[in-house]
Amino acid sequence: MSDKQLDLDGLVAELSSGMTLGIGGWGSRRKPMAAVRAILRSDLTDLTIVSYGGPDVGLLCAAGKVAKVVYGFVTLDSIPTDPHFKRARQTGAIEAMEVDEGMFYLGLLAASQRVPFLPTRAGLGSDVMRVNPGLKTVTSPYEDGEELVAMPALNLDAAIVHVNRADTSGSGQILGPDPFFDELFLGAARKRFITTEAIIPTEEFLDHGPIQTMCISRLLTDGVVATPGGAHFTACVPDYQRDEAFQKEYVTAAADDDSWAAFAARYLAIDEASYQQSAGPFRSETAQPPREGGGQ
Amino acid sequence: MSPTRADYCALACAEVFRGDGEVMASAFGTAPAIGARLARLTFAPDLVLTDGDAALVSGAPVLGTPPGSLVLESHMPYRKVFDVVWSGRRNLIMMASQVDRSGNQNISAIGDWARPSAQLVGVRGAPGNTVNHSTSYWVPNHSPRSFVEQVDVVSGVGYERADSGGPAARRFHEIRFVVSNLGVFDFDTPSRTMRLRSVHPGVSVDQVVEATGFTLTIPDNVPLTREPTPDEQQLLQMLDPKGLREREVKE
Repeated sequence: MSDKQLDLDGLVAELSSGMTLGIGGWGSRRKPMAAVRAILRSDLTDLTIVSYGGPDVGLLCAAGKVAKVVYGFVTLDSIPTDPHFKRARQTGAIEAMEVDEGMFYLGLLAASQRVPFLPTRAGLGSDVMRVNPGLKTVTSPYEDGEELVAMPALNLDAAIVHVNRADTSGSGQILGPDPFFDELFLGAARKRFITTEAIIPTEEFLDHGPIQTMCISRLLTDGVVATPGGAHFTACVPDYQRDEAFQKEYVTAAADDDSWAAFAARYLAIDEASYQQSAGPFRSETAQPPREGGGQ
Repeated sequence: MSPTRADYCALACAEVFRGDGEVMASAFGTAPAIGARLARLTFAPDLVLTDGDAALVSGAPVLGTPPGSLVLESHMPYRKVFDVVWSGRRNLIMMASQVDRSGNQNISAIGDWARPSAQLVGVRGAPGNTVNHSTSYWVPNHSPRSFVEQVDVVSGVGYERADSGGPAARRFHEIRFVVSNLGVFDFDTPSRTMRLRSVHPGVSVDQVVEATGFTLTIPDNVPLTREPTPDEQQLLQMLDPKGLREREVKE
């Protein structure tokens, strides 16, 4: 089996400006934040971000990396909206494609299955059809003749998802209660990357969780990056919960340019190792063991 | 102890689930969360509740029960939630930043979608929910800003839009009730536009009319939202011992 390990710089080197990039996770949960931070430090720009949006979208918007966002929502879960995404939309800084979150799922599924669209009732009658004039309907060729939305495939140039454990050949294990749509992000993408809390020997997967948690096969991955604490400040249960205090700090800092510049200098202008030391879930001054439980 | 306004709101939310069999109850907001549990413990015993994360829970846990103390019944990650939504085996109370005469709901953006004056969370699952299973709305701050003639971005689909969306949009569409801090509303009119169904005790019809940004259908006799039975009152207290509902809805 080939060794697919790379580091964050190696991952970023595989990306290029103008790409359509899918980001796994959901809201402020299990986001590949270390990879997002690496993109923030890079020259990449003009990205189309496809995401069940959380602070990944906000941070990339704040750094001017984004041309367009494809989303059903952008939320921080415990805080309803992301301040940077709000500002980007309200100032017209980005283009947007807003669809029902189920349509979004079908778009990824269609891309994974290499079909041009999948039919759904979701979207009919709503302004999703008005604000996305490119969306079309399709009429059932069978007796019912129902006219449904033809959700187009969301084909991705690259996708990045974050998992709890992985092996060197790129099989991934998700130990939290919800795998979200990570498998489909990978399936929809041409270049596929997973970041992980820890790379472990393949034979140890079952020591961490049952077979059902081993849900990302190496058929779906081209590269794997070890990024302990790499979902911070989003939740990555059972390894760690969302860092609510840090998330509040992130939102508060977004209030004006000066405080944001200070936040960015302190947490975003530094490399990942320094970030983990000063802010990460395993930072020494708090040195808390991973908490159990799936609630958020 | 006489029921508070928040008690009436929670009870009105419970009524959304009356007559439901074995369907998944999803409820956003405090009054809806209490209402779904109350319905489950009384007149809708087969209702299936969620833990708000990735599971279905057994029974009707008290608000704020730590995740580790819940009895889980089944795995329900988001990908499976869509299977349930699209199967129709769900009844939902969503919140609404704006709701209009025809039952459209907006949680997407205020103003012109292309460049909104306020970007909200996004349409989320509202378009798909409303054309697949019964949906109701909870608005804890009834005002002309939340009850508007026409919502800015149709996220949840109302009756007129379901009609113009064609038979596939109409087929499973139902906006059952809108519950606000002032009263309960339905669409039981020939034109499927919003009607005042009941006012909560202590609220006048004039007050509702004044707080609504469009012309409501007002029946000749507007009943009061029904009072909780002594059992229901006790259950409300048991389900929300810290009185979180009183923080969401002031007297």
